[in-house]
Amino acid sequence: MDALLVFPEPAPPELAQALDMGGWVWKGASDIDSARRDEPVDGWPGAVVVAGTDPDEAFRFCRSIRSGDINVESVLLLINGGHLASLDFRENLFADFCIHPFHPVELEARLKHLFRRAGRAARAEVIEYGPLAMNLETYQAVIESKPLDLTYMEYELLKFLASHPGRVFTRETLLSRVWGYDYYGGARTVDVHVRRLRSKLGEEHANLIQTVRSVGYSFGTSRWV
Amino acid sequence: MSRDQEYVLRTVEERGVRLVRLWFTDVLGQLKSVAISPAELESAFNEGVQFDGTAIDGFSRVHESDVLARPDATTFELLPWAKEDEPSGRMFCDIENLDGTPFEGDPRQILRRNLQSAREQGYTFFAAPEAEFFYFASGDPSLGKPQPLDRASYFDLTTSDVSSDLRKRTIHMLEAMGIPVEYSFHEDSPSQHEIDLRYTEALDMADNVMTLRLVVKKIAMERDTYATFMPKPLNGVQGSGMHTHLSLFDGETNVFHDPDDEYGMSETARRFTAGILRHAREITAVTNQLVNSYKRLAETSEAPPFVAWARNNRSALVRVPVRRKNKAESARIEYRAIDGASNPYLAYSLLLAAGLRGVAEGYDLPMETNVNLFELTDRERREMGIEPLPRSLDEALDVMEESKLARDTLGDHVFEWFLRNKRAEWAEFCAHVTPFELERYLPTW
Repeated sequence: MDALLVFPEPAPPELAQALDMGGWVWKGASDIDSARRDEPVDGWPGAVVVAGTDPDEAFRFCRSIRSGDINVESVLLLINGGHLASLDFRENLFADFCIHPFHPVELEARLKHLFRRAGRAARAEVIEYGPLAMNLETYQAVIESKPLDLTYMEYELLKFLASHPGRVFTRETLLSRVWGYDYYGGARTVDVHVRRLRSKLGEEHANLIQTVRSVGYSFGTSRWV
Repeated sequence: MSRDQEYVLRTVEERGVRLVRLWFTDVLGQLKSVAISPAELESAFNEGVQFDGTAIDGFSRVHESDVLARPDATTFELLPWAKEDEPSGRMFCDIENLDGTPFEGDPRQILRRNLQSAREQGYTFFAAPEAEFFYFASGDPSLGKPQPLDRASYFDLTTSDVSSDLRKRTIHMLEAMGIPVEYSFHEDSPSQHEIDLRYTEALDMADNVMTLRLVVKKIAMERDTYATFMPKPLNGVQGSGMHTHLSLFDGETNVFHDPDDEYGMSETARRFTAGILRHAREITAVTNQLVNSYKRLAETSEAPPFVAWARNNRSALVRVPVRRKNKAESARIEYRAIDGASNPYLAYSLLLAAGLRGVAEGYDLPMETNVNLFELTDRERREMGIEPLPRSLDEALDVMEESKLARDTLGDHVFEWFLRNKRAEWAEFCAHVTPFELERYLPTW
């Protein structure tokens, strides 16, 4: 999966964080030369360009990546409210824009919209459920945007459960799907790991994983009920 | 590279980990650590980290002194106490010889070997310790008798005392490291606390006990106090043990459980318990390895110096907890002699081996003992067939030395090293003039 191009480099920290949290793969470029140098074989799937105090520089960058050898179709421009007027007659430089400083939810919505339309998602596979987000590309999980420190098996178990919200799994199923059939520990291992996961999720979120009496465990609730 | 190793590499990168601590345990149960940078991690997984073991207790050998630490990727945890700008992680290691065979002086490998042999018989072994410890103002013996932080007692709800706050912080940190705590409370003695861990498979639990001891001490140190697992730090008040609950599973089934038995105990549970009782004297030098451990066992209330079992009898060595109906999975036995100054890897190895010996050879479980054994005379106990545990480290070592079970379980290297080391400790103690002697003899003679 190719990275999104982000200008300038370094990107504003709040943008970097929003992209990371959203599970987007991205790479910063300080000028057109570095954008050209780092271009993936199939071209950049999209770009996020920040027009800061001097929008002209950002416009020049947009112009370079929308014409000639690079040619990035999907460009999202982040622009200061005070500079909105300067967008007049420059519609050819971007596919969409977003007011800067942005609201993370709005940014996320525009990124999804733009890059789904562009057909090539630069988005790592992410599992989201309520306060929990898991980035399957980087093996990182966050709860309410705070990183969870998980061991490998805790991560795998949470990933499996969170991929199937509302479904009840027996210990045996979890054992064979998460640990593999040849694991020696027995179904007790599942209880031990569920308990460990709950203590790491913290009291407030421990009930994301429910015990289903004399059956097994389930995660959250299905979106279909 | 396995997937769990990849996971660790990726997490180290994503979380900006600056230092990875490789943990292992010496024969006496002290935690050791080698720190490596993230850049060395991949080669640590592939080739191990070579180091000279000569300075580590029980690691030195006649010939080559170098060994390899192989990090166990499944144990990777970020350390919650690391500074935010310098995240660090830890992994437990297995120690190998340079040719890749398990190093015979590594307690973790010894427990692995014993768990493997249990597995070949179809069993997984679970343990849950009740760790007792004291908080003192200082750990410096030159300052005289240790000073407790409070005067509270058993289950007291102490509102604003320092030690309860320390205990609370300790539990949060343990939970954050994936070590679930079942109960915790203020124990009998001033500043004495207990933290009970929820059961896990024995290897994980031995790792957890090592982590617990570090976390308890670390949190105390942050507040300029001192926490100790020393078995009997104060005269006249109860000492600290680490009663440990044991159970055996075959897959989903707790093989200690039998709903039709009046005690709820299966044939396997009876034989396992019989094995532990019969070999208890042979393994006491390891479960209670300090000169001081026997001061706790000599007290007359909570510690069980008699080889007997019962459902509700604090003077018995093994307790079989009474369970509510239909709680098959919680069937277990509790071994009450062991203290927190032991090496959990070696102690669990011996408890498992003793129990399984009873199962394999079909030992008969003696009758339950319902009398208070402290109130009987030596002769009365002898007539009931109830032996005392060894009364000193010296006696425990004598019994251990004759034990084939202990030698086979620990392996020759550790068995012999341990006896040598502990004989020396005993000899030093014998030649030492104690405050007891000065107080008693100096004024009168």
